[in-house]
Amino acid sequence: MAAREILGKMLEFDTDNHLKNRDDWNEQVAIELAKEEGILELTDRHWLVINFMRKEYMEKGNAPSIRKLTKESGVETKELYSLFPKGPAKKAAKVAGLPKPTGCI
Amino acid sequence: MENTSNYPPIEKVSIIVSHGSLEGVYPGLIMANGARMAGIEANLFFTFFGMEAIVNKKMDKLKVATVGNPAMHIPTILGSIPGMSAFATSMMKKEIEKIDIPPVREFLTMIHDAGCNIYACKATVDMFHLTKSDFCDEVDDIISVGQFYEVSAGANIIFT
Repeated sequence: MAAREILGKMLEFDTDNHLKNRDDWNEQVAIELAKEEGILELTDRHWLVINFMRKEYMEKGNAPSIRKLTKESGVETKELYSLFPKGPAKKAAKVAGLPKPTGCI
Repeated sequence: MENTSNYPPIEKVSIIVSHGSLEGVYPGLIMANGARMAGIEANLFFTFFGMEAIVNKKMDKLKVATVGNPAMHIPTILGSIPGMSAFATSMMKKEIEKIDIPPVREFLTMIHDAGCNIYACKATVDMFHLTKSDFCDEVDDIISVGQFYEVSAGANIIFT
């Protein structure tokens, strides 16, 4: 666990380097977290994924599977991988300020 | 769990699927999909009876083996009763769907869209007298063992 400064505020991160406190998250923080992942601009499609993940997490207590994400958000697998290259599930969860997904699918 | 070991993370895997039963096919598919989800480069190579998973006419009809599998806890004589395999298959398919794992055909599309290459084994294709048109669209190519090793350069090879 470590704390580091984002936009002038010290925020806590878990051992996976995901944001620890849900309340610390906001859209500006998301933009900064995305930059750390090499995503320089968050488009409407990114936000669609991020908001869907947050909604699922708040309702179910776990991030959605990629299958659920693609079926219900309308962002297809190929696009999802191009929006969040190098591991969409983990990257999207990270930018969305959620813990690393625990599912296998 | 973070990688706290001194070893570098896995960057590429080549997964061989050699069995044609439902329980023989799924582990390889789950591992391939899981690799892509984690940003790991992946190849899937289907060989021998594993080929059933990518043949259009067969892939939707894969069955659970109820004979010769002690972990099923069904006596062989019962497992061999007609309909037993169909019953076990339908049970397993229901459980698989419950945990959000797609049917084989949909799963292969998902894995391929995720950027995993899918290959059929040349020797098996020749042995079973198959052609490219027998396979689902996700199959990128029919390749020899030598080519398999070429595309697997730098990869961890996983045999299932």
